[in-house]
Amino acid sequence: MPAQDSILRLDATAIDYLIIALYFAFVLGIGYLAKRAVSNSLDFFLSGRSLPAWVTGLAFISANLGAIEIMGMSANGAEYGMPTVHYFWVGAIPAMLFLGVVMMPFYYGSKVRSVPEFMLRRFGPPAHLVNAISFAVAQVLIAGVNLFLLATIVNVLLGWPIWVSVIVAAVIVLSYITLGGLSAAIYNEVLQFFVIVAALLPLTIVGLHKVGGWQGLTEKVTGSPGGGEQLSAWPGNALSGFSSNFLSVIGIVFGLGFVLSFGYWTTNFVEVQRAMASKNMSAARRTPIIGSFPKMFVPFIVIVPGMIAAVLVPELADFKANGSGEVDYNDALLLLMRDLLPNGMLGLAITGLLASFMAGMAANLSSFNTVVSYDLIERYVIKDRPDEFYLRTGRWVTVVGTVIAIGTAAIASGYSNLMDYLQQLFSFFNAPLFATFILGMFWKRMTATAGWVGLVSGTATAVLVFILSENGVIDLPGQGASFVGAGAAFVVDIVVSVLVSLATAPKRDEELVGLVYSLTPKEQRTEVTVRGDHGWYRRPVLLAGISLAMTIALNIVFG
Amino acid sequence: MADQTSTPKQKAGAFDIRVVIAALIGSYGLVLTILGIIADPAEVAKAGGLNINLWGGIAMLVFAALFVLWARLRPIVVPVDEHPRE
Repeated sequence: MPAQDSILRLDATAIDYLIIALYFAFVLGIGYLAKRAVSNSLDFFLSGRSLPAWVTGLAFISANLGAIEIMGMSANGAEYGMPTVHYFWVGAIPAMLFLGVVMMPFYYGSKVRSVPEFMLRRFGPPAHLVNAISFAVAQVLIAGVNLFLLATIVNVLLGWPIWVSVIVAAVIVLSYITLGGLSAAIYNEVLQFFVIVAALLPLTIVGLHKVGGWQGLTEKVTGSPGGGEQLSAWPGNALSGFSSNFLSVIGIVFGLGFVLSFGYWTTNFVEVQRAMASKNMSAARRTPIIGSFPKMFVPFIVIVPGMIAAVLVPELADFKANGSGEVDYNDALLLLMRDLLPNGMLGLAITGLLASFMAGMAANLSSFNTVVSYDLIERYVIKDRPDEFYLRTGRWVTVVGTVIAIGTAAIASGYSNLMDYLQQLFSFFNAPLFATFILGMFWKRMTATAGWVGLVSGTATAVLVFILSENGVIDLPGQGASFVGAGAAFVVDIVVSVLVSLATAPKRDEELVGLVYSLTPKEQRTEVTVRGDHGWYRRPVLLAGISLAMTIALNIVFG
Repeated sequence: MADQTSTPKQKAGAFDIRVVIAALIGSYGLVLTILGIIADPAEVAKAGGLNINLWGGIAMLVFAALFVLWARLRPIVVPVDEHPRE
């Protein structure tokens, strides 16, 4: 859409620009400060494994609180209402808790530096290569998508040309990551988290005030085209695409809650890297668990504003009733900002959006440079150099990754549908990965050959289902197709892995200590209490229990 | 944090992320509070009569103060390097 006549153009003034500029000054400042702490490659790629759990916990969710999350979930909120909370309460929290309680001991305890490296130790080079290459490609492409979305928003809101915003944003992210490495990315993610909350919470409060409180929102949503069912999370038929209530609940719990979300949260190195950067085993396990507490309340500042926009903004209410108009659900947050926020708070809201776009991109790049440097270059291309070499390589890889991301952004600006497909496709990749990991961690008989064969056949299944659903052979509206695709990939991966394992020779037990549950002594799987880790509120399993109980309570209250 | 192996107990000095967060959110709070005080009534009406700049600004100032307090009460102590570097 041409920027000149966008109805979304915000009336930003000098004071708003001041607020935006202040934020970027802080972002670069953090990069500079973090640089002083980087003296070797472990500092650069894993923050020297020194960060406290609350920092990595907030970074853990902030890395995921990117553009797609905020704009996408508020759009879903406007379209479907409360059932969108399943992406958080069913589709994230159980998997995050599982990662902290069950899987983190293997990741952190085995001292691997990346998720693909775990793959290498458990299954050997073929599985490692498949995993490392597909991960690196996915990350750099997604970084490009984030970059492009950021530029589009800046273009629509402020009228800057797309290529200017692409380059400015890329240079800012690049500067702080090459300076400070993962620490800079993580510290900025924590800062971003607070800025995003400071931007969205006031928007939600003003929106609720204007709509007449929760009471007013309830009445208006009930009277809107969506009707009263948009006020309760279950059974969420519109979201899952199944007409039967029973199938819808099953689809959400198993498809979204189990296969899709466990795949994403437990094997995605972007997330796991944050936990690996923490200072000890206890902090690593607490990282996703601490992250789950803010995560369960994110819907209230993302989905609720979407719902408010759908009843409060005339253009959007019109779109919801007629299905056509100048705006669509993706504009929900922007429209609400335009209508409700005075200058000042408006600048902060724009800052919050920019922060979230950059968070996503920085997270992609900081895990990309680790996997490319440690898993591809150090392992297969240029071996046995001194550590400074890999530190320098990491900085250059970041530069190359950013340049590729700019290229991807340029492609995305020409073929926006292509990028949608890619993103959807990548979401399928995690399901077979999770199947391979979980089988490999709990079944010592699983062989190296089974590792990569299972992974490849699972991924092929995901791609096949994706192609079939794109061509209309499998016809499921809503999220149904990705639930089925991920589910099929998971099952095929497990079946193939088991069959291949039975036909090939397993690794010796001694090689699998620390990598497989039954061969890892309990002391190695649990944290030794060290100074600063005392107190019941620092016990991972107890914290996870509290988090789970709170999530169930939220489901009952808003069910 | 530059020379974290020199003394067993050392405060992390200027680079405590809590202080950085408090500084940014605090500056926002200050700017917004001032904007809220001098607010144009027409702008306030846009938000349904709620002066969000003022209240949001005050809330951010309080938040920043709490973060500074937290950093003061529980300063980062850099212990001797417990994990041998690989």
